[in-house]
Amino acid sequence: MIEFRLPAMGSDMDQGTLLEWRVQPGDRVVRGQVLAVVDTAKAAIEVECWHEGIVHALLAKPGVTLPVGSLMAVLRAEGEDADEVTRSLAQRTGPEAGPIAPVPMPVAPVPQAVPAAAAAATPGERPRISPAARRRARELGIDPVRLAGHAGGGAVSLHDVEAAAQSAARPPASAVAVATAAGGARAHAMRQVIAAAMSRSKREIPHYYLAEDIAFERAAAWLAERNQGLPVSERLLSAAVLLKAVALALRRCPEFNGTWRDGGFVPGAGVHLGVAVAMREGGLVAPALHDVPTLDLATLTRALLDLVKRTRAGALRSSELADATITVTNLGDQGVGSVLGVIYPPQVALVGFGRVAQRPWVTGDGGLRAAPVVTATLAADHRASDGHRGALLLAEIRELLQEPDALDAREETR
Amino acid sequence: MNRDEVRAALLKALVDVAPEIDAAALVAAKPLRRQVDLDSADWLNFLVAVHQAIGVDIPDAVAARLDTLDKLVDWCAQRSAAA
Repeated sequence: MIEFRLPAMGSDMDQGTLLEWRVQPGDRVVRGQVLAVVDTAKAAIEVECWHEGIVHALLAKPGVTLPVGSLMAVLRAEGEDADEVTRSLAQRTGPEAGPIAPVPMPVAPVPQAVPAAAAAATPGERPRISPAARRRARELGIDPVRLAGHAGGGAVSLHDVEAAAQSAARPPASAVAVATAAGGARAHAMRQVIAAAMSRSKREIPHYYLAEDIAFERAAAWLAERNQGLPVSERLLSAAVLLKAVALALRRCPEFNGTWRDGGFVPGAGVHLGVAVAMREGGLVAPALHDVPTLDLATLTRALLDLVKRTRAGALRSSELADATITVTNLGDQGVGSVLGVIYPPQVALVGFGRVAQRPWVTGDGGLRAAPVVTATLAADHRASDGHRGALLLAEIRELLQEPDALDAREETR
Repeated sequence: MNRDEVRAALLKALVDVAPEIDAAALVAAKPLRRQVDLDSADWLNFLVAVHQAIGVDIPDAVAARLDTLDKLVDWCAQRSAAA
């Protein structure tokens, strides 16, 4: 018998609301398959299963809020006897079965503030609707139960929601739709989890900060040359260059890549960069790009574009929210010169980049001219590392950014 | 494709990459990226979506100049007429 429990998707999550099952009893499940969609304070998340087997029973009901660790479903392994699994499941009465029941506390602020979208959806009549469409419907204050779905299997798609929104005459708000009650509730819930995580960070983590101005001239020229004549679908982002430099530098300074748990540093199993994405309706999410050293810049750019798009559409996967080993924040697009970040616990470091800007630059031979420069910063946990090593990390990033061709190369072994 | 069709396609591409925005409230003559707070990844996603929708590939150097919806519509309509 294989247990499928609600995973903690980020240290700031302690519960989630099951929105829908993506599988049914009898379905065969492969590693990494999405079994369920769970709503958290930050986003609706596709929860993956890391076992193989056959879905035996779905225990959690859609619409119910569960604490992290709750038993949601039971799978049976290949060849395992179904009756046997049913019997051992039946023996699990008493306290073990407790978490399956609804949590008797007024947890999710979203359903209360959104009578139309969420509260109306009792388990039996819950519509099939994509996460992006659900999110959009909430923002627009539309009840997806009443929508006709045109996607596969009659599911309600984002397009259906948009069409419904257009047919309903509504006064234009600002260009960024934050004014709906639903958007407000999500923003409030997200602020609460950010407040908790950041307060914990500043309470527990002795931060130290370092900064380094880095010449971006070679990287910028290399990017311009590569992008010239490339179709838009193959163009590279300078953000990918910065991320790759951080990932490779972490290989040489591994004490910044991992988490602080139970009084000690636990190295990350891979280099998974959490990428801070600012949400337009407020708050931020930092989903992970996995094994960044093994990606060339074209692949990394595509992965980053996809991640940002899915973050905005509310279609992230559980692994992306659970296993970042460091966070990178790039506030350059907003025009600031540098950022001194707050570490996302239990991580031990955060690398920040400001805007790439023309600045006076002293060249090797003592000359002075204008050149593209970016300020890289490090916020690090002094329990896990010291300033000297932090300086080495920034120096590594600086040197790597001077060799764009080498940056582009994939790392063959992990 | 006429201008209205191009405009509709561009707005759909925009909502595709930025589902939170209210396309109806956009001011077509004002800088787009500042109105809807598109970062560089959103912007490239938008350009890719435009290419998929209407087959017009906006070069990097040109894209920087096309900072309003009006300018984007003009340029894309012209390009799609020429194709």
